[in-house]
Amino acid sequence: MSQVIFAEREDQIYEKGGDKPFRISCDKQSLAGAVSQRACVFCGSRVVLYPIADALHLIHGPIGCASYTWDIRGALSSGPELHRYSFSTDLGETDVIFGGESKLTRALDELIPLHKPKAAFVYSTCMVGLIGDDISAVCKMAQRRHGIPVIPVMSEGFKGNKRAGYYAACAAMFRLVGTGDTTGIPPMSVNLLGDFNLAGEIWIIRKYLERMGVSVVANITGDGRVADVQRAHGAALNLVQCSGSTMELAKMMQETHGIPFKRVSYLGVDDMAQALYDVAEFFESEEAMAKARELVRGELSEIYPRLMELRKDLEGKRAALYVGGAFKAFSLIKSFRLLGMKVVLAGSQTGTQEDYEELAEICEPGTVIVDDANPLELMTYLIEKDVDVFVGGVKERPIAHKLGIGFVDHNHERKLALEGFVGMLNFAEEVHATALSPVWRFTPRKARPRLEALS
Amino acid sequence: MLLRHTPQEITERHALTINPAKTCQPIGAMYAALGVHGCLPHSHGSQGCCAYHRSALTRHYKEPISAGTSSFTEGASVFGGQANLLQAIDNMFTVYEPEVVAVHTTCLSETIGDDLPQIIDKATKDGKIPKGKHVIYANTPSYVGSHVTGFSNMVKGMAMKAETTGVKNGKVNVIPGWVEPADMEEIKRLSGLIGVDIILFPDTSGILNGPLSGEYKMFPEGGTTMAELQSAGDSIGTLALGEWCSADGARYLDTNNKVPCRVLDMPIGLMATDRFVDAMRIIAGVSVPEELSHERGQLVDIISDMHQYFFHKKVALAGDPDQLISMVEFLVSIDMCPTHVVSGTPGKAFAKRIRELTAGLPYEVNVKCDQTADMFLLHQWIKNEPVDLLIGNSYLKYIARDEDIPLVRWGFPILDRQGHQYFPTVGYKGGIRLLEKILNALLDRKDRDDPEQSFELVM
Repeated sequence: MSQVIFAEREDQIYEKGGDKPFRISCDKQSLAGAVSQRACVFCGSRVVLYPIADALHLIHGPIGCASYTWDIRGALSSGPELHRYSFSTDLGETDVIFGGESKLTRALDELIPLHKPKAAFVYSTCMVGLIGDDISAVCKMAQRRHGIPVIPVMSEGFKGNKRAGYYAACAAMFRLVGTGDTTGIPPMSVNLLGDFNLAGEIWIIRKYLERMGVSVVANITGDGRVADVQRAHGAALNLVQCSGSTMELAKMMQETHGIPFKRVSYLGVDDMAQALYDVAEFFESEEAMAKARELVRGELSEIYPRLMELRKDLEGKRAALYVGGAFKAFSLIKSFRLLGMKVVLAGSQTGTQEDYEELAEICEPGTVIVDDANPLELMTYLIEKDVDVFVGGVKERPIAHKLGIGFVDHNHERKLALEGFVGMLNFAEEVHATALSPVWRFTPRKARPRLEALS
Repeated sequence: MLLRHTPQEITERHALTINPAKTCQPIGAMYAALGVHGCLPHSHGSQGCCAYHRSALTRHYKEPISAGTSSFTEGASVFGGQANLLQAIDNMFTVYEPEVVAVHTTCLSETIGDDLPQIIDKATKDGKIPKGKHVIYANTPSYVGSHVTGFSNMVKGMAMKAETTGVKNGKVNVIPGWVEPADMEEIKRLSGLIGVDIILFPDTSGILNGPLSGEYKMFPEGGTTMAELQSAGDSIGTLALGEWCSADGARYLDTNNKVPCRVLDMPIGLMATDRFVDAMRIIAGVSVPEELSHERGQLVDIISDMHQYFFHKKVALAGDPDQLISMVEFLVSIDMCPTHVVSGTPGKAFAKRIRELTAGLPYEVNVKCDQTADMFLLHQWIKNEPVDLLIGNSYLKYIARDEDIPLVRWGFPILDRQGHQYFPTVGYKGGIRLLEKILNALLDRKDRDDPEQSFELVM
């Protein structure tokens, strides 16, 4: 094991239950040369903002930044699909020398009349930060000319990791909040922050809330609309999921508009139910609470029998998770527990100190907790802990498969809704299908003992 | 209609790309570097670039892709990335133990002006590169050229490792260009059949189409070895397959190591494969082996058997220059009509070549290869002049769906189908596979659309 961990990284890994007190070092820059699974500031901003479907998302930089982020997240829209286009100023050598401002101006002047978006986000990239384009000034002028909000996103890649990008995205959205008309918004109303409508998940949550008599003002940002964000300050409460990505916006809205927020998770039955109860409690509405209870009861009774069936097969199996933000890990650990499974490895790319402390608290002894892991570390623990199912993102999938381990994508590439009660069932079905897939019989790890038993 | 925001009327654009038919240089350098045995690619820039390239390659190959990054911070961006790169080289050799580290730059490190040869020289002098291990490099500014340029630059970086001892090794260097691992395997098979001993570089076969082994190997078996790259300077000649991907490396060997080179088209389709086989046969001083003639005959047979279905079918294509040139030639040779062709990779020679290949057709083909040569324009062209078939990467699926046109996935990236890493499209057998794909697409569509009374069992 020792050879796959950089000496400097030892304090970014912690095994619960040893004699060491809990201490994990996080939120630090990856070591140069490390095969890190992390991304950059621009990536963070882009994934948060791009689901706003009626806005123009123009990437000011060389072509790559636009190509790699072209419709990769599966954020569904019920209306416009402009967010599924990829727009780039495609900066070239002359722009590096003479600056890209005039090109950006021209691009905005060509695009805005062509697509008539409700707003435009202009993303700054590494190179733009270096050549010193004043994109704020260009945006300001374009806004004046075209009469729509044109907002710079200060997302130069080198300024930090993904989390800095979340912050830049929040700062950009905050410029929209408070500019719309809030008439007609009912008192029992919320904004949904930090849900990106992967596989239509935000629609599930909206329906639950509607059934409780709570209306949703703005989706931030899944199936998002500019006008909704502009009037988001009219909502009574912000519900913040995936706290890493939109927590800053919630804090800004609290400070400026006095809107309180609640951290919620829609993953797993406990957290989903708790989120609904929290909302009812916030509004001090007995009626809403009664409806929430009824909803939870109804939904649970629908999925419970099947969940218990799946649990029979999954009982005792081991899971590992490596996710973007640590907050998601809490819900996953509870979900696995409901399925009778044990989480033996929990890691994230960008968890905070608080996240990891909470994580260490809810994990069982023996669980390894890791910040910013590299593939060799992941492999070593997957084998050492004899994992049955690995939960991760695009770069982790083939590692699991090469080892002959089941995999569930809990990131951009999920194909089934995993939120809500129906999402818990989908998750369980997916875990079951992959953990018990017959394909693993043919893989060396499982085939060897079987062959040995035969001989 | 997913692309409902695309108008039919084409307005001139000057300053922007919409739905690009290209990406940036570094990913090409990373893909090429993966074709060197025991090589860890290294991205000298901020973390995002490396993560994007790894994700994109993983989505295409469904294999783990490892690469290091210099993890630039604001400090490095102001003071230069030398310290980061030195530390990275040291860390990588210590922890991951690669045979070779292949460094490529990004727009960030290029704009700062980091001097790779100087930094690598310093790493050598400081003893950060263990004995017997190597660092190769390429300058790959993202704001010049495209992913194809980056591939070509890293290939040249490999060629720079060639040594000339004065004693010829009797081998031929073959630079396959940005093709799939299966294509590289096929080029080795063809060379073996003809009896030419080759040094193929890069060679991703075995690396990006590996088996499920039960373990995760950062450096799978396969790839061009460093010894082979060094020996390339003693080869009797170099065949570069594709002007855009491979010629620079071959010309470098020609100038610096006096290894004569010839630039051919990628051996895709009947005629381009003929030229490749012919060149190899002349080098070996043999006639075309029976087995290969047999394969060629099979390809001609399938063309003749099915030619009525190819006849005058219009095709729109998006992709990379080397591939498109051979494909357009192939389509014309089987009586299909390439109608619209875009490549985001700049280079006027491409458009000229496409016009030459289609000169005999009774119409003028739409071809573009600059900043606005993107899928947005291609879609507009199609709206104005519809086609029967699309050929290109997965991003064409939006157009395919909106305009209800069958799509043959071919090129990079393919994010939503399987097979490209296992079945070659180069050589005669590759031609047969391409025809199978094209025919399936056309005939499935015919079966779907034919009215009941003319629905046919036998085709």
